[in-house]
Amino acid sequence: MSESMQDTPKLNQVVEKKVLNSVTKKLTIYAPDIAVKAHAGQFVIFKVRQDSERIPLTLSSWDKEKGTISHIFQEVGYSTIELGKLHVDDKIMHIAGPLGNASEIENFGTAVVVCGGLGTAVAYPVAKALKEAGNKVISIVGARNKDLFILENEMKAVSSEIYFTTDDGSNGTKGFVSDVLKSLIAKKEKIDIVFAIGPPIMMSVIADLTRPHKIRTIASLNPIMVDGMGMCGACRVSIDGKTQFACVDGPEFDAHKVNFKELMLRLKSYCTEENNLSLAYQKPGENNCQCHGH
Amino acid sequence: MSRTLNNQPPTNNRFTAVNVPKQDAFNRTKNFREVVLGYTEEQAIAEASRCLNCTQPKCVEGCPVGVEIPVFIKLIKQNDLAGAIKKIKEKNSLPAICGRVCPQEEQCQKNCLVGKKGDPVSIGRLERFVADVERERGIEVPKLPVCNGKKVAVVGAGPAGLTVAADLAKLGYPVTIFEALHKGGGVLVYGIPEFRLPKYIVQAEIDYIKKLGVEFQPDYLIGRIFTIDELFKTCFKAVFVATGAGLPKFLEVPGENLNGIYSANEFLIRVNLMKAFMFPQSKTPIKVGKKVAVIGGGNVALDSARCALRLGAENVTIYYRRTRNEMPAREEEISNAEEEGIFFKYLSTPVKFEGDEQGNVKSMITHSMRLCDADDSGKRRVAPIQGSEVKTDIDTVIVAIGRTPNPIIQSTTPGLQTETGGIIASDESFKTSLDGVWVGGDIATGEATVISAMGSGKIAAKSIHEYLSNPKKEQ
Repeated sequence: MSESMQDTPKLNQVVEKKVLNSVTKKLTIYAPDIAVKAHAGQFVIFKVRQDSERIPLTLSSWDKEKGTISHIFQEVGYSTIELGKLHVDDKIMHIAGPLGNASEIENFGTAVVVCGGLGTAVAYPVAKALKEAGNKVISIVGARNKDLFILENEMKAVSSEIYFTTDDGSNGTKGFVSDVLKSLIAKKEKIDIVFAIGPPIMMSVIADLTRPHKIRTIASLNPIMVDGMGMCGACRVSIDGKTQFACVDGPEFDAHKVNFKELMLRLKSYCTEENNLSLAYQKPGENNCQCHGH
Repeated sequence: MSRTLNNQPPTNNRFTAVNVPKQDAFNRTKNFREVVLGYTEEQAIAEASRCLNCTQPKCVEGCPVGVEIPVFIKLIKQNDLAGAIKKIKEKNSLPAICGRVCPQEEQCQKNCLVGKKGDPVSIGRLERFVADVERERGIEVPKLPVCNGKKVAVVGAGPAGLTVAADLAKLGYPVTIFEALHKGGGVLVYGIPEFRLPKYIVQAEIDYIKKLGVEFQPDYLIGRIFTIDELFKTCFKAVFVATGAGLPKFLEVPGENLNGIYSANEFLIRVNLMKAFMFPQSKTPIKVGKKVAVIGGGNVALDSARCALRLGAENVTIYYRRTRNEMPAREEEISNAEEEGIFFKYLSTPVKFEGDEQGNVKSMITHSMRLCDADDSGKRRVAPIQGSEVKTDIDTVIVAIGRTPNPIIQSTTPGLQTETGGIIASDESFKTSLDGVWVGGDIATGEATVISAMGSGKIAAKSIHEYLSNPKKEQ
């Protein structure tokens, strides 16, 4: 299902909307100044309406010529549901970006991109940039079941090797992305760098897996943010015991140094409030906070 | 709020200031409305009558933007309120704001001759009074010169940026302000709470600056979306950078990243900019527990504490490592906070936070301090007293121990020299090491006040005007 626009777009206007699967949508927005400056790994802050929250969403793709940026998201809380209700021609009141540091891309040799769930939307531009820089890209893409994969073809196009996993075995290997990485390491596959992009628990497992093998591993962190410009400190994360701000010092960090336990606890700060707010959009009886999966 | 409901009789005593009506201390902790209600016309004229109209006024020397104070006060006395505001606006484009948040007791009022024998003339309250009357009557836009076409970019819509924009617009320059947040005003909207500076007042001052022809571009973080260099390439002839001291400092003690521990910036941004006090109508949440500890002794600490109280906290305590005498906050705001029932714990600083299994803060361990001799800057140092640890149960902590300069412009502008601590280096006219680039506000001076930021803006605007009027610089 998709909608697209015919006329010349205005700033911050939705030009295309696609429903990727039951829980995931893609919006393409006219924001030419952001599109020109966008790099893999960066994000923008959306504020949909006057009374909306500011929410960070990673850039999934961009088109410098058309002046558009695209974001893929799951409707898991009030703000993303609000975003998902927008249609072509609707305007997003405020978009600020690109924010955060771009991914460090160079020719490392062999780069493994491990991503789970919505993390694939964030991982795709990274994998693409790695491929363009001359890397051999091995992608490991996980989802709970076959219906929840996104960007399958796009990921295939930028990967030399690609593995799919599902929790229920409905597509690819049954199991977790970490199982595939573990077997690659066991097969003595030469791995120069790993990019782990997905739910914090997944990134934490990947970091534990690569640490003993001294494989450089980068995690893309997704803490709660307010301004996204270094002012509030809501997104603070502990890196090697030192406090850093994901919005200006990250969002990518050395996964072996990240305190994932703290990150996971901090992500739950507002679960109660988020649930109460989302009730307006939910069916009766549904009250499962998923506000912080990638 | 009304100017007519006050029943305070004006005083005829030259040495006693006319009291300003305030919201009752108990009621005001239940709302976010403005605490100080402002003078009535009668009260303002009575207070203005206390001014001696000195021929060599010392008060003007104390004003960072040089407002001709005795002249505007005399005009109030003569009931020429339109003339009074016009006089102020010759030097100050944001009088409704300055009348509320300037530390007059440290500036103009400190030098007041009447103040040598009694209460100084309440210059700030009078400034606020005329600015409020003007806003209610409808703000008049001065006649502007023909646009000279030399475009100036202002980076950051805080007090310094707004001042430069207004001053240059009045001289005929087309000015664009780039603001990173979704709303202009800088610290005036994200930092200072509604009950001290209502946001409709900030908006009215910004609307006035827009009427001077200044263009606003919100959501543009310069350094990321355009670099300074690119601004010059897209036809700007000069750039003024006022990106502020926006980065929160933390205590760097164990447990500081537990849930429930906010930087004052986060707490105030949620409450003021994002209107979390109106949650769920406003969609940004805030969590305030029953027992709140605020760390620090400045205006930001007081603002945070008073917001926490208004959000329903039962006990709000400010922990400051020195004593009340050393507190950098304004005296007026300290007594407002005391009236409202904020507790103060002096000579005390946290050394550790402890949390529960969900990662929520539940207690704080503090150290008692003792005052030592002053250091070179004149600030008294403190030292911990051995064995003085105390554990206190708390569920919310707000860390308000200062902010450091925002680093984005410095790190994305090659050749722009900085000083220790990350402020951008500049000369006495706030010109930086890069041709055509000026700075002002906290990014140039380190953390300071709204009015000193405006003062630096005034000097920079004058220097930018001289630079762009020089025919050799014509491009």
